[in-house]
Amino acid sequence: MRLIRRLRANLVVIAGVLALGYLILPNLVVLAFSFNKPKSRFNYTWNQFSTDAWQHPCGVAGMCGSLTLSLKIAVYATLAATVLGTMTAFALARYRFRGRAATNMLIFLPMAMPEVVMGASLGTLFLNMRIQFGFWTILIAHIMFCLSFVVTAVKARVMSMDPRLEQAAQDLYATPTQTFLRVTLPLAAPGIAAGALLSFALSFDDYIITSFNAGNSVTFPMFVWGSAQRGTPVQVNVIGTAVFVLAVLLVLAGQLVGGRRKARG
Amino acid sequence: MTAATEPLPPPAAAPPRPPKAMRRAAARRRRVPYLLLLAGVAWLLVFFVAPMVYQASTSVQTGTLEDGFKVTWHFATYWDALSEYWPHFVRSLVYAGIATALCLVIGYPLAYTIAFRAGRWRNVLLILVIAPFFTSFLIRTLAWETILADQGPVVSFLNDVHLLDVTSWLRITQGDRVLATPLAVVCGLTYNFLPFMILPLYTSLERVDGRLHEAAGDLYATPFTVFRKVTFPLSMPGVVAGTLLTFIPASGDYINAELLGSTNQQMIGNVIESQFLRVLDYPTAAALSFLLMAVILAVVTLYIRRAGTEELV
Repeated sequence: MRLIRRLRANLVVIAGVLALGYLILPNLVVLAFSFNKPKSRFNYTWNQFSTDAWQHPCGVAGMCGSLTLSLKIAVYATLAATVLGTMTAFALARYRFRGRAATNMLIFLPMAMPEVVMGASLGTLFLNMRIQFGFWTILIAHIMFCLSFVVTAVKARVMSMDPRLEQAAQDLYATPTQTFLRVTLPLAAPGIAAGALLSFALSFDDYIITSFNAGNSVTFPMFVWGSAQRGTPVQVNVIGTAVFVLAVLLVLAGQLVGGRRKARG
Repeated sequence: MTAATEPLPPPAAAPPRPPKAMRRAAARRRRVPYLLLLAGVAWLLVFFVAPMVYQASTSVQTGTLEDGFKVTWHFATYWDALSEYWPHFVRSLVYAGIATALCLVIGYPLAYTIAFRAGRWRNVLLILVIAPFFTSFLIRTLAWETILADQGPVVSFLNDVHLLDVTSWLRITQGDRVLATPLAVVCGLTYNFLPFMILPLYTSLERVDGRLHEAAGDLYATPFTVFRKVTFPLSMPGVVAGTLLTFIPASGDYINAELLGSTNQQMIGNVIESQFLRVLDYPTAAALSFLLMAVILAVVTLYIRRAGTEELV
């Protein structure tokens, strides 16, 4: 009986590890093929090991420009969405007011809407208001869809915070500003950071909504999409791998710092 | 997650009328949430709600790009769009449905492993689940082209064990190809939306008290019974959230159908995209968007009602 139970328990773990493999497999392929020297324009079959692409990451026309544009938009969109989203989240988590349910609904809807619908409708609006498509329209769209995710992340954190800590600060004669800066904000920081990180990743990676609102501007995902037809350059794999490694390192570092802080406190 | 009921501000006015300054402070305090909300809500109203309303009006317009479009309450656009593109709707729902089911089947063991069996590896595993997000999903989808390539290892293996004969017979692959078939598209969809299933599942499983499993075991429940009667029902909020987060975006997706499928696997997203960006037929694109939302809403409502009454009890 125990043997069967153990086997069954491990069956779950085996299935889990296989699922993890399914998730990671494409990343490994991207990594491997960033060292390929493709025979033709298409980097689909393995030919020869080479570090060319890593030595000349910007050797493809237009790619690094699109990368810069994507980074710029992701930074601005994250800043704006984080500020607006944090304010909204505090209102929703800390106050009862008329229209609260409606606001919650308004926040939820963009996350539950297929991207193609959101992209097309915002595009139609810009088109008819004769607003020039480009940097600003992309930025507006990105702030719009990142906002809900920030609100959700921050709201979850704020709702789990103990309001008595802030009351204690007030009892100790902290002014509202001091309470906010020295108690509330540090407590909410992990939620805000999670929201900002998510928003950055979403913005940097978005193709569907962007393609409806970009006009002639080319973001990195749009460059990748365009290059897919002509044959994706190896450098795309390099950028993909580099971003992946950087992000994982960042998250690991965050974990280490957070863990140490937890151990200390 | 400690606070199930959220903290409320103290009631503003007590029976003996408070002094003027206090009343003013209370009024100011009541204004605070609205001030906090102002910017965020305004942004969503202008750039999310208004476009939807505008889209609704576009869907009943007629005209051409040169002469401009006018609202003529031409509801026939809906009918025309539906009669022409209903196969795409059906295909989108079927693909998204299968992908969602697969995500649940593949994702559940992983979420379960992380929640109950990972021990100190828990954070590492969680990072590994989120990590693929950091490589652009377009690049990862393109990687599937390599993995499923015609002479690639996956296809050769499936060929060797004669699985491709079975799948060809089921009409989900064609000959000895996997790329440009329904199987490839569903595989891509499943892959792309798997994390959206795993994370909510994990969140709700993590809250399940492990002692409940022990208790069930003490009462002579087999592991399968424990799962069926205890674990799974308790993880239902995660199952519902994960299914919605997978199904809704998957049914509107067109990336996977475009990159991994052929013209025979086009989904409704592909049609909306080409009507909007290439054909420039905005009324049809708008009507299709609304039809897609309506269909999704109907499916989701049905699903929530079922999941909410039968399985949750």
